[in-house]
Amino acid sequence: MNTGTNDNEIISRVLRGEQSLYADLVKRYQNYVFTITLRYTNSREDAEEIAQDVFVKAYRSLADFRGDSRFSTWLYTIVTTTCITFLRKKKLDTHSLDNEKVFETVESTDSGFKANQVEQKSKVQMVNKAIRLLSPDDAKLITLFYQGEQSLEEIGHIMGLEPNNVKVRLHRARQRLKEKMETHFEQEVKDIMN
Amino acid sequence: MNTQPSIEERLWDYIDGIATPEEKSIVEQLIDSNIEWRNQYHELLDVHQLMSNSLELDEPSMRFTQNVMEDIAKYQIAPAAKSYINKRIIWGIMGFFMLTIAGFLIYAFGSVNWSGGGSGSTTLPFNIDANRINSFDFSKLFNSTYTSVFVMVNAVLGLVLLDMYLGKKKKQLQEKH
Repeated sequence: MNTGTNDNEIISRVLRGEQSLYADLVKRYQNYVFTITLRYTNSREDAEEIAQDVFVKAYRSLADFRGDSRFSTWLYTIVTTTCITFLRKKKLDTHSLDNEKVFETVESTDSGFKANQVEQKSKVQMVNKAIRLLSPDDAKLITLFYQGEQSLEEIGHIMGLEPNNVKVRLHRARQRLKEKMETHFEQEVKDIMN
Repeated sequence: MNTQPSIEERLWDYIDGIATPEEKSIVEQLIDSNIEWRNQYHELLDVHQLMSNSLELDEPSMRFTQNVMEDIAKYQIAPAAKSYINKRIIWGIMGFFMLTIAGFLIYAFGSVNWSGGGSGSTTLPFNIDANRINSFDFSKLFNSTYTSVFVMVNAVLGLVLLDMYLGKKKKQLQEKH
């Protein structure tokens, strides 16, 4: 990910009227934003709609970005609120963090593509498919921590939680991911671990 | 079994690099000396490396950036909230409430008969007559003209605020259409 300094420079110039430069910020963060929105919706169309909405909202509120935090942290906060609003509007189940039934539902509905996963030996595919079996909150936490390069404090700011709470949730999320991999990709995990 | 989460949490803190220097050296010693710790550490480290190196980002459609840019062309950057929130209004509201509370306190203390009271063995610089406190008729205070004025002013302020809120909403809707 790019440094905050570059982001701040771009933001200053966009605020001074160079609107086209905003495209640089969009290109820089679109994959991160889209990945997180996809964790919530499991639908590419919806995820793209939300991601687009996020960038529009961020643009309109750009003057409110004070630079106290990194732009990415500020942007992910908008992602979280937009996703929650979208899901509320669509009356979709947002899945609670500890709702094991949700995970079971995901597993049962995904049995079609699981058959393919078993055949695939790629670590990358295995991890990315296992993460889709997690709840949106777990998947988002792992995504922000490992891909979004956000610290526990920053994730806390994004999700409105205390850093200690984030730490505990991250531990649980990783534990669940490990369990998912062990349950669904037993052989692959053995190959990797040995 | 009970120690399992604790070991795991401590190991994750160590792997994530958020353990304190003291905790770090303790965990390192435990990994070196205790086989259970060592096995668990390697297991978690494998998971950590797998996640660090294998997670992929999903990509939106090729037109995504273009779509966003076309969308934002319709909008203006809104002025920063701090530029349109008038601090004088906030200070004014705060001042009003402070004055109201102060007025109430002055009125309440003014109604107390400080010279009266028994000769109790209290260490306070003044005497409080328990009978007088019990016999104080609070309904008089809340039925007085002061209370009516207070409620009236609050009701008017509430209506003004509601009008401002609805007016803003109407304006926003008009802007959208």
